[in-house]
Amino acid sequence: MTAPFYVPPEQLIKDRADFARKGIARGRPIVVLEYADGVLLIGENPSGSLHKLGEIYDRIAFAGVGRFNEFESMRVGGVRYADVKGYSYARADVTSKGLANAYSQTLGQVFTHEVKPYEIEVMIAEVGETPADTEIYRIQFDGNLASVERFGAMGGGEQELTEALEARYEPGLDLAAAIALAVDVIEGAGDGSIASGGWEAAVLDRTRPRRKFLRLAPDEIEAARGAS
Amino acid sequence: MTPEGALSNSPRPAALDMSLADASFLNTLRRQDAQPRWPGAFGEGTLPEIPEGTTILAMRYADGVVMAGDRRATAGNIIAHKRVQKVFAADDFSAVAISGTAGMAIELIRLFQTELEHYEKIEGTRLSLDGKANYLARLVRNHLPLAFQGLVVVPLFCGFDEVTAEGRLYTFDVVGGRYEEQDYATTGSGGQEAKSFLKAAYTEHMPEDEALRAAVEALVAAAEEDAATGGPDIRRGIFPNVVTVTATGLSEVPDDRLERIAASVLEARP
Repeated sequence: MTAPFYVPPEQLIKDRADFARKGIARGRPIVVLEYADGVLLIGENPSGSLHKLGEIYDRIAFAGVGRFNEFESMRVGGVRYADVKGYSYARADVTSKGLANAYSQTLGQVFTHEVKPYEIEVMIAEVGETPADTEIYRIQFDGNLASVERFGAMGGGEQELTEALEARYEPGLDLAAAIALAVDVIEGAGDGSIASGGWEAAVLDRTRPRRKFLRLAPDEIEAARGAS
Repeated sequence: MTPEGALSNSPRPAALDMSLADASFLNTLRRQDAQPRWPGAFGEGTLPEIPEGTTILAMRYADGVVMAGDRRATAGNIIAHKRVQKVFAADDFSAVAISGTAGMAIELIRLFQTELEHYEKIEGTRLSLDGKANYLARLVRNHLPLAFQGLVVVPLFCGFDEVTAEGRLYTFDVVGGRYEEQDYATTGSGGQEAKSFLKAAYTEHMPEDEALRAAVEALVAAAEEDAATGGPDIRRGIFPNVVTVTATGLSEVPDDRLERIAASVLEARP
């Protein structure tokens, strides 16, 4: 029997993190930003059925980038977490903070304990009664949990996207302006124009009844681009 | 052995249930041992009288289906609750109403509502109307051992079928039998009386106004003959729960409209 190679823990963690980062950077980005009536989530997604955005609970939405099967299992886990909690206690007791913690724990465990870390990042958005109550969290592949103010980007080219949003974002945008801004920023950071059917977008709209999550149709995105 | 190998036997993360390919909320609860149970229901002795719901009905009309229920719950000869809700939105395109042991029925409906929304979120599409009715039948069937203890729960289910673009309604029995009904259906202690009324009053493709009036009048007729069914009480502002389900979804009929209908029905009763 041969003796195992010694790998210093710093190196081990760094290798895993580099591996995960590389996988995530290959994925198409998603932008999440607050607008006048809630939160817009938008990204390029040529598939009409394999969603990167999803409804978690009344006020809470999910966005994932990276490997589909990995963030999909996180989304499903989140829906289960929220529905069990809401059923066991009350609907108002399901909060994005609790969910973000659960995601953070899970991704942290996977990062250190599993053979392969997840090559994903997720964001959780919760729309509040007023803009001040809106919460957005970002959870990285290693379980790192951060709160996001006003807007955020993740996936390939996120640095460039964040800088562009910092320069151009204004609070209180209406939905059409928010879509136009996100589309413009994503196209500017990528390989140019994306067809209207190539987008996936959803909102958490605080003016809606109980379930605030709503998917946007391609023509709504097209109309918002045309208007700007 | 690699360092990774040494770590991979550690317990799986417990915070999130990420087991694959299962859209059932009830199964998720079972994995966490959190499903609704009534321990001790098979014990010795007799239960004191517990609240029971009484008359509910559903009928088809021109735009879809209408469902209505009275507001009384009785425990033996006592009126336990005057304003109990027996008609619920199951989701945006279906409604469910309950008769029988109120406490259990309300829990069963909560589970059913969560299940429909859970499925929709996980799968990205709503269950078919038949699928919803079959699932409800399964919940009733699971309840069968308790029915032997006298704790009976019998729902009524209706909705708008988005595929065939028509309203449909279903009745159930205690063993989970599921029966699709053609025109109207009733259950509960006053159900027979309400059914007799609808047999005479029902016509196909009634407009909404007539359908709502017929539904309220059937409940009034049931309340006149069945002590356990509560009629509209205009002085106290107690009106039946009435919902309609059409192509545009489920909507509750507001109390002020029901007040006008109830007043006119009571006026015209022989």
